[in-house]
Amino acid sequence: MAREVISSGNDLAAMAAVDAGCMFFGGYPITPSSEVMHTISDLLPKVGGTCIQMEDEIGGICAAIGAAMSGVRSMTATSGPGMSLKAENLGLAQMAEVPLVVVDVMRGGPSTGLPTRVSQGDVAQAKNPSHGDYKSITLCAGDLTECYTETVRAFNLADRFMQPVIVLLDETIGHMHGKAVLPDLEEVKAGIKPRKTFDGPVEEYRPYGVAQDEPAVLNPMFKGYRYHFTGLHHDAMGFPTEEIETCRKLIDRLFRKVDEHRDELEYNEEYKLDDADILLIGYGSASLAIKEAINRLRDEGIKAGMFRPITLWPSPEERLFELGQKFDKVLSVELNQGQYLEEIQRAMGRKDIQKLTKTNGRPFSPQDIIDKVKEVF
Amino acid sequence: MAFNYDEYLRLEKMPTLWCWGCGDGVILKAFIRAIDKLGIKKDDVCVVSGIGCSGRFSSYVDFNTVHTTHGRTVAYATGIKLANPDKYVVCVAGDGDALAIGGNHTIHGCRRNIDITMIVINNFIYGLTNSQTSPTTPRGYWSVTMKQGNIDPTFDGCELAIAAGASFVAREKVTEPKKLEKVFVKALQHKGFAYLDILSNCHINLGRKNKMASAMENLDWIDEITMPKKKYDALSDEEKVNILPTGILKEDTEAEEYCDMYGKLQEVYQGKRDKITPADFKKVI
Repeated sequence: MAREVISSGNDLAAMAAVDAGCMFFGGYPITPSSEVMHTISDLLPKVGGTCIQMEDEIGGICAAIGAAMSGVRSMTATSGPGMSLKAENLGLAQMAEVPLVVVDVMRGGPSTGLPTRVSQGDVAQAKNPSHGDYKSITLCAGDLTECYTETVRAFNLADRFMQPVIVLLDETIGHMHGKAVLPDLEEVKAGIKPRKTFDGPVEEYRPYGVAQDEPAVLNPMFKGYRYHFTGLHHDAMGFPTEEIETCRKLIDRLFRKVDEHRDELEYNEEYKLDDADILLIGYGSASLAIKEAINRLRDEGIKAGMFRPITLWPSPEERLFELGQKFDKVLSVELNQGQYLEEIQRAMGRKDIQKLTKTNGRPFSPQDIIDKVKEVF
Repeated sequence: MAFNYDEYLRLEKMPTLWCWGCGDGVILKAFIRAIDKLGIKKDDVCVVSGIGCSGRFSSYVDFNTVHTTHGRTVAYATGIKLANPDKYVVCVAGDGDALAIGGNHTIHGCRRNIDITMIVINNFIYGLTNSQTSPTTPRGYWSVTMKQGNIDPTFDGCELAIAAGASFVAREKVTEPKKLEKVFVKALQHKGFAYLDILSNCHINLGRKNKMASAMENLDWIDEITMPKKKYDALSDEEKVNILPTGILKEDTEAEEYCDMYGKLQEVYQGKRDKITPADFKKVI
């Protein structure tokens, strides 16, 4: 049975993690994400799990990765400055293929920015938080229910693709209190897809020796299958190597395991698009204002609709291309200076996309969007 | 009969990439003998290393092994240990790892007194990357970043660990491999954070520019700057300058261990709908 709760985005992310089988949280307090740790520190010990407030942001993600390496579902939560600090170790988790969920509740930046105010300024960072070549998976919740459902999805995707999955909330969604309809708990539990493991003979186990479009198969520690984790380029057993072909294939695989399975990742919402003349594109909390604006515009006879990517990275590039062919009038709405707009332009192969941006720490009002639509179209 | 290390080594990784005459191999062998002596199963051990020559330690031994980012061994190990409190989790870090870039994690690992054995291979220099100053480089010594002689004050990791709350702190050196083995045995048996400052030679990247270009000269120097704790304690304050005491410097078997405390916390939390009460909390500490 679906559950109705009154809660906040940050609390729902914490609840979702525990419902999805998360057993470890390592973190460091940072506004506006701290409530995730406040809540999960109560929830985890009840189910035999562990929450630790580490000495800094780096320690938070390292402890979470360590727990994940040992085989348990694991999470950390942070905001922009913390993401910057965690970046190097996110890179190790990409390289060593360690599944992990990172909730980033976005605030104004750069630097300390506007700690208690909203932005969507970490969208570009989420694509490549660490140096080097790899393919990020980033989800973005657009309402309270999605703070729950996208966190659950993130855990399943992390185990499927064996890499960190970033869940972007923003200050507005994270701190929003209200009613959320959550899926049935038994359904959530039944939907848990744990990571693949190998149970054949030890001598045949090759954790990183997998098909070129597949993630590593990493057995839990302490169960007889001993191998090596490293951030260095590595061979099929995880040991450092500089062998040319092995190095080439490793990075190629980190891309292909995601690229060749985009259908398992892509998730969008299309709102009143069928009969629309104007296409609005937005995500996260901005989409709430966009929807209200669309309804008001339609009352005035202006047919607008919305495309909302929920999986931001990898982007829904084919669908964006189709929409770019179909709609002449396109407006991108973001709480940053156009970080996703660049991706929309690339995917659509168009430069003539209108943009509405805001970086003063305040959310969009529907009127902001209505005014912009009337101004440019 | 000589001890056979084969069972514990990843033989296909031999020879190591450590320089000829390096002390790191002595530490590796003593560690293996300690594990063997205690009868610990290979599967029950996780070795977590950092970056530097010591970072390669983990890839040579047949345990569950993790080669982390620079300085983060204790942070990774904290996650591994808390998720698997009944396993042996061992950090192998260098002096730069433990006391420079990762100093914060070292301090807080000690403070929590989490049951991790931290082996700091202290060779007084950044050896792998060609002789940059480390926090333990003696004053006046040449480094490639301080060619006139190092002016940075020298850091004593053991003093730091004691002050931060580690319940087991010891210093040994590669010139005494039997003592090394013994201290590893004690540290592995100890419940709580064990900080081990293990002095090793780097005649290549510390020695050559500091008048000890051979392994023997570098090792003699280590012997010259160290003294068993008992003898050291009898020295005057002036005589103690530039001498490092060896042996067990702190051993507190009563100190509460972090995973134990968290386990008790889990117990009082189980089945409770609300937050724990002050009475519940008394069961934890």
